[in-house]
Amino acid sequence: MDLSIALNQCLSGLTRAGILFMLASGLTLIFGVARVINFAHGSLYMLAVYLSYTFLRLFGPGGVGFWLSLGAVAASLALIGGALETGLIRRVYGRDPLQQLLLTFALVYIIGDVVKFVWGITPKSVSRPPFLEGGIPVPGGSFPVYNVFVIALAAAVGAGLWLMLARSRLGWLIRAVAADIEITDALGVNVPRLLTLVFMLGGLLVGVGGAAAAPLTAGALGMDVEIVILCFIVVIIGGAGSLLGAAVAALLVGLLESFGILLLPQFAVVFIYALMAGVMIVRPWGLFGVPGRS
Amino acid sequence: MNGSASRCRRAWWLLAAVLAALPLAAPGFHLRLATEIAIMALFAMGFNLLLGYGGMLSFGHAGYYAVGAYTVAILTRKAGLPFASAFLAAPAATALVAWVTGFFCVRLRGYYFSILTLAFGQLIWGVIFKWTALTNGDDGIVGIEAPALLASPAGAYYFTLLLTGACVALLWMIVQSPFGRTLLAIRENTERTQFIGVNVNRLRLCAFVLSATFAGVAGALFAPFDGSVFPSFAFWTRSGDVVMMAILGGMHSFLGPALGAAIMLFLDHTITAYTEYWPFVLGTVLLCLVLFSPAGVTGLARTVAARRRAADRPA
Repeated sequence: MDLSIALNQCLSGLTRAGILFMLASGLTLIFGVARVINFAHGSLYMLAVYLSYTFLRLFGPGGVGFWLSLGAVAASLALIGGALETGLIRRVYGRDPLQQLLLTFALVYIIGDVVKFVWGITPKSVSRPPFLEGGIPVPGGSFPVYNVFVIALAAAVGAGLWLMLARSRLGWLIRAVAADIEITDALGVNVPRLLTLVFMLGGLLVGVGGAAAAPLTAGALGMDVEIVILCFIVVIIGGAGSLLGAAVAALLVGLLESFGILLLPQFAVVFIYALMAGVMIVRPWGLFGVPGRS
Repeated sequence: MNGSASRCRRAWWLLAAVLAALPLAAPGFHLRLATEIAIMALFAMGFNLLLGYGGMLSFGHAGYYAVGAYTVAILTRKAGLPFASAFLAAPAATALVAWVTGFFCVRLRGYYFSILTLAFGQLIWGVIFKWTALTNGDDGIVGIEAPALLASPAGAYYFTLLLTGACVALLWMIVQSPFGRTLLAIRENTERTQFIGVNVNRLRLCAFVLSATFAGVAGALFAPFDGSVFPSFAFWTRSGDVVMMAILGGMHSFLGPALGAAIMLFLDHTITAYTEYWPFVLGTVLLCLVLFSPAGVTGLARTVAARRRAADRPA
């Protein structure tokens, strides 16, 4: 294989991994803390992509518009995540996991149709912000600056999230709830408010990820059910609830996808599902997960 | 007690008579709908052997449905085999695929089981989608024909009804058998059942393969009925649909999933005439059901009946 092609595939794999990480980190956090498998996470991503289309039209396509839109999308998704938790998901905590799955599955249908109703069936694409146009010369061609930006953004988000969880009071509380919700509750922590905050954080992450992904992918109906499976794969391979796991698994999936296309274009999709099935057979709790949970 | 049993039997005969006479009263569109309902009812009831009786939520059953459908399609259209042998091969192929994948799935519990079945279902989807030489990929396989006798709407209906009826009878025998009872015991308390010497994983695997095979039969029925098969048959949202049918009808009743299938398909075909936002309606119905009546429509009916009985009883 040509070295320049390998480098190019590596960078696009990293870009993909960056997006996947931003989505999966929210999903894994929600699962680790609230023990809810959120099928609607992909729908939130779709909402984020479509919302960035709308906000970019509102704020204009310039650099300022890009940042404003990114912030607006992230804030909207955080609010939507919090609203879903307080309005619906909160009612099924502690119930049969089946009920929770069904609830979020119902949301997939509903949000999908809301998007169709609001934005119509024609795909919506947005352009890259002007200050991130162009390419960086790499051996044998050039690599889009925007992709580098996405990789850096994902790394920054990951680092920020880790710092927050490891160092801040909120992070301690979140980890305490993840470890033992009853004891934390008994210690006088406002657990319901914390769970809402976790869903808001998940929404925030998916909002940033979706806004960052928007210039790379057109908003199209059906993207929700495709991406959510990939997010599940990342969460499961990495180990549900593990942030480090999500990062490593996102890298694995992103790179496997881009190199799989290069080596065996026919079966690139199949590789990823096979990897997931393989990991689940050997280590059902994932690479960085804790056995015996859930 | 005796009275209610004979009333129950009479209800069964009435249902059978109505179903058998349907082609006389409802030709065309409604007959096709009835055929489709019968196929999906079989799919949902087979699926519920695993969910309702075994307590295992599979999110990959569409994969097995698709294996059944594609076996018929490939064998008749690509290999040129006669319909009968292709149709008979479908459950066998499905059982084989289900056995290989189920072997790994039944070792896991709870969420992990669901996610691994999801992974295998998507794996089957990926293979169908990408193995274009065999499956035509995204284009699907079209022009699948049943023998002339079964090709007319009434013929297809009776053929489907007969097979679904036979499968439902078989399912009834399965759930009433010692095997079915042990499956319930595993659902209620896996550890205790293990302690009394039951090979839990083997039984779970049996249930898995049986359940998937019924899905395969449903797929094999659908392929000639519709005349075409597509990769979307195996996509995970299709698995979600069958989960919804079972829950909507009531997973803790034998016929509940069939009722769920009927409700869903009927709504699908009638509501889509008024609005293109049918998934929204469906999602809202499901949402309300989860929040207000977790036992499904049959559970709701039972609650209402129990309340009415309580009200009738003199205080």
